[in-house]
Amino acid sequence: MSSPADAHSPEAHEGHHEVNYVRVWAILLVLLVVSVVGPMFEIRVLTLITAFGIAVVKAYIVAKNFMHLNIERPIVLYILAAMLGLMLQFFWGTSPDVMHHYGKNWENRAALDQPHTAGSTVGGSHGDAAAAHGAEAPAGEAAPAAGH
Amino acid sequence: MVRPIATTRSAAGLPTGRLAVWWVIASEIVIFGGLLGSYVMHRLGHPEWADYAAHTNTWAGAFNTFVLLTSSLSAVLAHQAAEKGDGPKAARYLGFTILGGGVFLVVKSFEWTYEITHGFTITANNFWAFYYTAAGIHGVHVIAGMIIMAFIAMDARKNKELQRVELVGLYWHFVDIVWIFLFPLLYIAK
Amino acid sequence: MAESTAHAHDEHAHGHHEEGWFQKYFWSTDHKMIGKQYLFTGLFLGVVGAYFAYVFRMQQAFPGKPVPGYGLVTGADYNALITSHGSIMIFWLAMPVLIAAFGNFLIPLMIGCDDMVFPRLNRLSYQIFLLSAIVLAASFFVQGGAFGGAWTSYPPLSAKEEYNLTPLGSSLWLLAVALEFVAFLLGGINFVTTVMNSRAPGMKAFDIPIVIWMIVIASILFMASVGPLIAGAVMLLFDQTIGTGFFDPARGGDPVLWQHLFWFFGHPEVYVVLLPALGIVAEIITTFSRKKLFAYRTVLYTSIATGVLSFFVWAHHQFVAGIDPRMANVFTVTTVLISVPIAEMCFVYIATLYGGQIRFTVPMLWALAFIGEFLIGGVTGIYLGASGTDIYFHDTYFVLAHFHYTFFPIAIIGTFAGLTYWYPKMFGTYMNEGWGKVHFWVTILSFNAVFLPLFVLGAAGDHRRIFDYTNFPELASPEMQAVRVFATLALVVMILVQPIFAVNFFYNMFRGKKAPANPWNANTLEWQAPSPPGHGNFHPLPEVYRGPYEYSVPGRDEDYWPQNSPK
Repeated sequence: MSSPADAHSPEAHEGHHEVNYVRVWAILLVLLVVSVVGPMFEIRVLTLITAFGIAVVKAYIVAKNFMHLNIERPIVLYILAAMLGLMLQFFWGTSPDVMHHYGKNWENRAALDQPHTAGSTVGGSHGDAAAAHGAEAPAGEAAPAAGH
Repeated sequence: MVRPIATTRSAAGLPTGRLAVWWVIASEIVIFGGLLGSYVMHRLGHPEWADYAAHTNTWAGAFNTFVLLTSSLSAVLAHQAAEKGDGPKAARYLGFTILGGGVFLVVKSFEWTYEITHGFTITANNFWAFYYTAAGIHGVHVIAGMIIMAFIAMDARKNKELQRVELVGLYWHFVDIVWIFLFPLLYIAK
Repeated sequence: MAESTAHAHDEHAHGHHEEGWFQKYFWSTDHKMIGKQYLFTGLFLGVVGAYFAYVFRMQQAFPGKPVPGYGLVTGADYNALITSHGSIMIFWLAMPVLIAAFGNFLIPLMIGCDDMVFPRLNRLSYQIFLLSAIVLAASFFVQGGAFGGAWTSYPPLSAKEEYNLTPLGSSLWLLAVALEFVAFLLGGINFVTTVMNSRAPGMKAFDIPIVIWMIVIASILFMASVGPLIAGAVMLLFDQTIGTGFFDPARGGDPVLWQHLFWFFGHPEVYVVLLPALGIVAEIITTFSRKKLFAYRTVLYTSIATGVLSFFVWAHHQFVAGIDPRMANVFTVTTVLISVPIAEMCFVYIATLYGGQIRFTVPMLWALAFIGEFLIGGVTGIYLGASGTDIYFHDTYFVLAHFHYTFFPIAIIGTFAGLTYWYPKMFGTYMNEGWGKVHFWVTILSFNAVFLPLFVLGAAGDHRRIFDYTNFPELASPEMQAVRVFATLALVVMILVQPIFAVNFFYNMFRGKKAPANPWNANTLEWQAPSPPGHGNFHPLPEVYRGPYEYSVPGRDEDYWPQNSPK
């Protein structure tokens, strides 16, 4: 796992491709700027892509280049993937109860009564299909609660 | 204490230290994942939280992201130096990383002081409860990382246990990645 | 502390520095000593947990009467007793004994290396664990008393002082559990890394003994499931102490979130303790039927499948909590499915026994009892996993009887099986077989006498966590009360016979007949080290040539073939 580091030329030594870490860092900073500027337009889809999509990209870049996951043994990748998968599983199993505040025959009065400003609709909108981490929001079809 | 022979074997193909750090990171993923998953569920279910999140200091958050990314750079450069056997240089780079952690914490303390004195306390509402809890747990991990890194840097300066430079770097990159997600989750008001 | 009685013969001179008493018994980094520390701490706490069971069952049998050895049991007392009983038995008996004690003692020995990969981390894990036990004990002595909100600690009861009346106790309990989690996370990392990396040369993946695989899978399961609960514990601690509203509906929080956070861990946790017990049984039945394990890979793959599936079943604990009924459908299917791999493992064990030369030693008796009793537990779980029947059975004694028919085999039978089997290796002497059999039969018969009636009581409507049924006229009939008394008396019998084991255990540690390295003629590597092993375990470290279950191989003189024999 130790090979002489040469900042600029890739080396095939043991499959260890040397990267210019400063260049990677510069790319990360550019992405950071984009992710801060993007939400300023206050267009939902743009915010999602720039703030959250870029977060995923940045994480991937750090993991691949700084943590050297690209040359790590596969078992490590499987372990990490399994943990991330479990987090999606946790979200999938829990969110129907925690995230949704009304259904076909019920409403969560305590959650619906939370203070809200004029900007958001009464009863809360939950039609957000693309949740932050790509977690699936289960299809909640329900008529909005009557007579709130 | 003499190192056991067990520690030197590597039937899985990677050194025991690195394997162990990956397992540490794996267990941390589920800790932060559980916390942040819970936060996301609440956030998606409560659109009014966007109004609360508007009071976070996006510039401080962005600056802190920059600080952590830079500290990750110095951490990986420390690793590079350790690979070449240059302990003192690795120790210096680790020092910059620790410094970056320190700057991060200082910025955060100013941020939080402002927020708390303006009524945005942890008990103000559940958005702020999650905000302080998530960033707080992350901050605890930053502090722990800094302390461990300091010990490893002291050894590295004497060219001892250089393989640990990479290991603490891995942990630090993970802490950085958690912040990469915390920043949009907590600071960007949708 | 109990570990001062741990007796180790490992002063055979190795030319090493002489260890002081403190260094050897309190500050050791040797995995065998640390294993014994976990063992004695866990067993001691198990006795405390059993005492609590005695007290609350006496209250059940003779409500309102002072309990001998305790006094009058109030409602608050009762809640604290059942909470502590449950928490202790799972977190401070089953886990430390089955995983930490056996794992620590066996792993380096069975994979042929000299210690864990991180001995000092190992020592730290035990110390954090001991601290967790001390914090839990402290909760009994603070103002307000010990926490009484059940081991599941649901908010709002657990979050609000005005409901639980134990503000200090509830936070100390939470802190104790959190510390225990940290200890087992650290320990688990040590275990998994050691097994992945430090095996003896020649020991391939399928040469690893099943008990080691099980402890590794259990450690991974634990690591992967406990995270959300640690996050939840921090949230609950904040709710309790600084007044946040994570789980408070009035503040926009959700108590059902806690339930999900808890059970996402809580269900894999039962497999975390089950798998090591199954592994112990596998080692014993192969050794004492002189037969290869019927289907090694099947056992391995079904264990892994069980582990994976265990993350898909958790909400069956919440069927009547108001969860989305569509999720209840999903969780019913997955829960019923998960019984399949476990049943398959039991069938593999039975097939292993079939046609073997069975030796009914005490460990074998315990292993056989495990299979029989656990099957009852497993089958009764199906009624609970189906959401329809669970609507009736939830929170009745039927549930309680079910999980005692699973947990008792795991925590108690598994412990006795492992201790009687590996006793010669741990202490260098034999236990007495005759007294062991007496202890076995009385324990098993009385166990069934305690819990079989509870299925009946549960089906008849006995609700859980009720300290006095005289408040429920339909449940306070003389017939039902007679059953409660019967179960309690059976428990008293069970407790009264345990000193036989204790005497057998401690007396023979010091005065027992000396045991050779391999008293059972077994194959696995721990039996090829001295009894007990010294520092470094093996001199020289072994190499492995075959799998762990090569018994009765045709064409050989001996009916066993140790893993490290070249020929």
